[in-house]
Amino acid sequence: MKGTNLGEFEELVLLTIASLAAEAYSVAICDELERYTGRSAKLGVVHAVLNRLEEKGLAKSRLGDASATRGGKRKRFYEVSHAGKVALMRAKELRESIWRNIPGFNLEGSI
Amino acid sequence: MKKSDPQPPRWTTSFLRWYCRPRLLEDLEGDLYEYFERNVRQKGIARARLIYFLDVIKFMRPYTIRKIEPLTFLTHFMMIGSYFKTSRRNLVRNKLFSFINIVGLAVSMSVGLLVIAIVNDLRSYDDFHEKKDRIYRINTHHQADGREPMNLASTSARIAQRLAGDVPGIEDFTIIRNGFSEDAKIGQNTFPLEATWADGSFFKVVTFPLIAGDPATALKEPYSLVLTEKTALKFFGTTHAVGQTVRLDTLDYQVTGVARDVPHLSHIHFDALVSFATAEALFGKKGDVFNNWDNVWSNYVYIAVPKGGSTTGIQRALDQICREENKALVHQKVTMSLQPFKDIALGRKLSNNMGPRTEPTTLWILGGLAFVIILSACFNYTNLSVARSLRRSREVGVRKIIGARGSHVLGQFMAESVIIAFLALLFSFGLYLLVRREFLALDPHISEIFRLDLSFRSVLYFIALALFTGLAAGFLPAVFFSKINALAVMKDASGIKIFRHIGLRRVLIVTQYALSLIFIATTVVGYGQYKGFLNFDLGFNTGNILNIKLRGVDAEVLKKELAEIPGVKQISHSSMVTSVGSIYGFDVKYFPRKDAQPADSGLVWVNTVDEHYLPIHQHKLLAGNNFTLRPEKGSESELIVNQQVLKRFNIGNQDPHKALGQIIEVNGQKLTIIGVLKDFHYGTMENKIEPAMLRYSRSEPWGYLNLQLATNDLENTMAKIESAWKRFDRVHPLKATFYDDQIQEAYSQFSVMVKAIGFLAFLAICIASLGLFGMVVFTTETKLKEISIRKVLGASEPGLIYLLCRGFITLLGIAALIALPATYLLFDKLLLTRFAYHQPIGLPELLGGALVVMLLALIMIGSQTAKAARSNPAKVLKSE
Repeated sequence: MKGTNLGEFEELVLLTIASLAAEAYSVAICDELERYTGRSAKLGVVHAVLNRLEEKGLAKSRLGDASATRGGKRKRFYEVSHAGKVALMRAKELRESIWRNIPGFNLEGSI
Repeated sequence: MKKSDPQPPRWTTSFLRWYCRPRLLEDLEGDLYEYFERNVRQKGIARARLIYFLDVIKFMRPYTIRKIEPLTFLTHFMMIGSYFKTSRRNLVRNKLFSFINIVGLAVSMSVGLLVIAIVNDLRSYDDFHEKKDRIYRINTHHQADGREPMNLASTSARIAQRLAGDVPGIEDFTIIRNGFSEDAKIGQNTFPLEATWADGSFFKVVTFPLIAGDPATALKEPYSLVLTEKTALKFFGTTHAVGQTVRLDTLDYQVTGVARDVPHLSHIHFDALVSFATAEALFGKKGDVFNNWDNVWSNYVYIAVPKGGSTTGIQRALDQICREENKALVHQKVTMSLQPFKDIALGRKLSNNMGPRTEPTTLWILGGLAFVIILSACFNYTNLSVARSLRRSREVGVRKIIGARGSHVLGQFMAESVIIAFLALLFSFGLYLLVRREFLALDPHISEIFRLDLSFRSVLYFIALALFTGLAAGFLPAVFFSKINALAVMKDASGIKIFRHIGLRRVLIVTQYALSLIFIATTVVGYGQYKGFLNFDLGFNTGNILNIKLRGVDAEVLKKELAEIPGVKQISHSSMVTSVGSIYGFDVKYFPRKDAQPADSGLVWVNTVDEHYLPIHQHKLLAGNNFTLRPEKGSESELIVNQQVLKRFNIGNQDPHKALGQIIEVNGQKLTIIGVLKDFHYGTMENKIEPAMLRYSRSEPWGYLNLQLATNDLENTMAKIESAWKRFDRVHPLKATFYDDQIQEAYSQFSVMVKAIGFLAFLAICIASLGLFGMVVFTTETKLKEISIRKVLGASEPGLIYLLCRGFITLLGIAALIALPATYLLFDKLLLTRFAYHQPIGLPELLGGALVVMLLALIMIGSQTAKAARSNPAKVLKSE
């Protein structure tokens, strides 16, 4: 298994999964990401990331029930695994610790 | 899902399913579908489909592509033994099926093997030269005002002198020249010798190894001679001939080398090489014609470029040389181009070509015919496999239930057909050896061109052919079986729709029969036409006339001796033999009144004969007499013409009697018309009858003696003629041929064609008949119960036979309706348009061939259906 480092886009996708809760499947994740970021999220990219997250053990997936939509094909629902939650927390802490070390005037001046 | 919903393109989805990992497939397919629906709403169906397709392509990534499953491969591999076993069992169990298929494929593949061997031979031409890939021949395009431009393989000797200057990018070049023909005197013996002139760098460019002598110097000096082993053995009885002297004409030549015999597959052939310096010494000084730029008729120049070199620089230099040299020409233009050495045997048509050349189209036609025949045999396999699917579908069902996938079943059936094809290959190889012998014996020219020896390459191609044939034959049935639904078959065997592909099978049968009928009709009609050419009334008699070719010696003595042989009735002289394809003509002028200006001039074909020629050949004189004066050569004053000459020049208003006494100037001599002949065929049937004339000559040393024979003991007479010739000419063998045989020879290409097509027709009919027979057997077998029930219910035997035959007879009828008009048009619009004179296309011939094939088919169908109709219904129905 590859390292459990979280890339920026991976982090976004993982957060989106968490925010969608029970409705987190690929198309919904794409739409949600588009809504958050304002940029179009291509299925090809998101699909690859989801696959990689699952490979790293940060997300888990299961097939849902069949329905008449989607040509009768089942959806694959994702949820954040324990390792995924840990990785998200760690990323958040890392950022916050850096934020804390930034002198206030420096940042305000640059905006 | 409603039917009207727009769907993504099906094949794209299949493609996705094919490459995608099964674990990822379902939700990915769903995702793409969702996007597709969205796009249909937003962007329209066409765009949506395109995006779907692009997405499917875009999703081909390392993580989505299915891994090659070692297990599937392994099972395939392990199953090969099982496939082999089941195939063998099936072959043995169903002997009729195996027999029909193996024989059909074997017969058809033997033709395929022949074509492969032919192509292989042609591609192996000139393979033995070390520099074969970087030798080029200079070809010449000669354009003279008012004449058809000519493309020549030969070129001017002048170009060799120019190339010797500073043309960059040439490693070596050599010039050779054809047409050396002398009698070689060695001690007391004389041998005729035909040789080729070649210059000193000949052996540097092309590869003909010397077994004695130095290749660098052997052809340097004038009057040097390089013999082949064969010639050396003939001349000296040994190959240690270097240093010997050979007297040719009045000059002594030194043998400076002995070369190994020229390989068969070479476009350059020679018995001996004479140094080119000899030709320069002999002809170069007499005027400048030999080295003239426009003398492009008998020299051949080959250029070798260095390894990795290109020809563009050389071509540019050639263009430049041509421009410079053309300035000196009047009304003429000569341009030159390079032809790769290896393309010569299969290249385009060139005048003065050396060695054999085969038109690529001929090969395509041959290959096409072989392909059609093999396809026909493959049809049989497909047809019969599908027809008996009822029996094997259960087996497939069981396999599938046990766990075989579609690909396994596909593999099994493909393996089976490939095994059958390889069995067929064994038989077809035996057949091929027979066909090869027949093919080489078909015509002397063919054995000159081809060897058809086996080589490693040709064997590989043979195996490839068998593999390809097997796959092609097995493909459709294999797909058919692999798609069988296991459950449906097990539940109800008759649920499988064996008659679903009936349309396909009908088309296949009609195609097969139409092809067979076209072949047979072509053969029969072609044979009729060929016979027509041989028996055509040429306007004169050719029966019992023996033509003896003279070799440049006045034959007065021979004539006297021959005249004393009892079987020889009359002897005449002629410069040529008419009506066999050779022509010889003069531009003549017609003088309406003596001493006036010529009214008209035109080309008239000529034959020079003596006074006995007309009576022997029974030419019909419409007016006037035979030659009466007997002058020496060059002082003749008489001329006999045919009606076409009168028509061409409008002599005496085309009245033969009024034409007598008119003057025609031939070659500067004024000749008086003393006789008018009824039109006769001077050329072959391809040409219209054109103006022709007979001139007088007492003796034609390079012509022919025409002997009219009247004998019951031909052998004896021929022996006497032979011995008379031997006394007359010790050097050259007697070349005597009957006129009728010469005519036959002139049309020999047609006899070859008729034989070849006839053979193909035979094969096509065999294969089609086998296939039809198989179909009838299987169809009647499957319908046996139906027949029995009909019978029990009171159907009559003829009624049943009619019922069973009806379908097949309709198919045959359709095939005939396609084939016969097609053949008629083929002859009428294509083949016979070449001939100015030919027999009408015989309707009885056209129908006759077809009728025989139909009859054969009917007998087959009839016998099988009658057997089925006569079967005892009680026995059939009992065994349920």
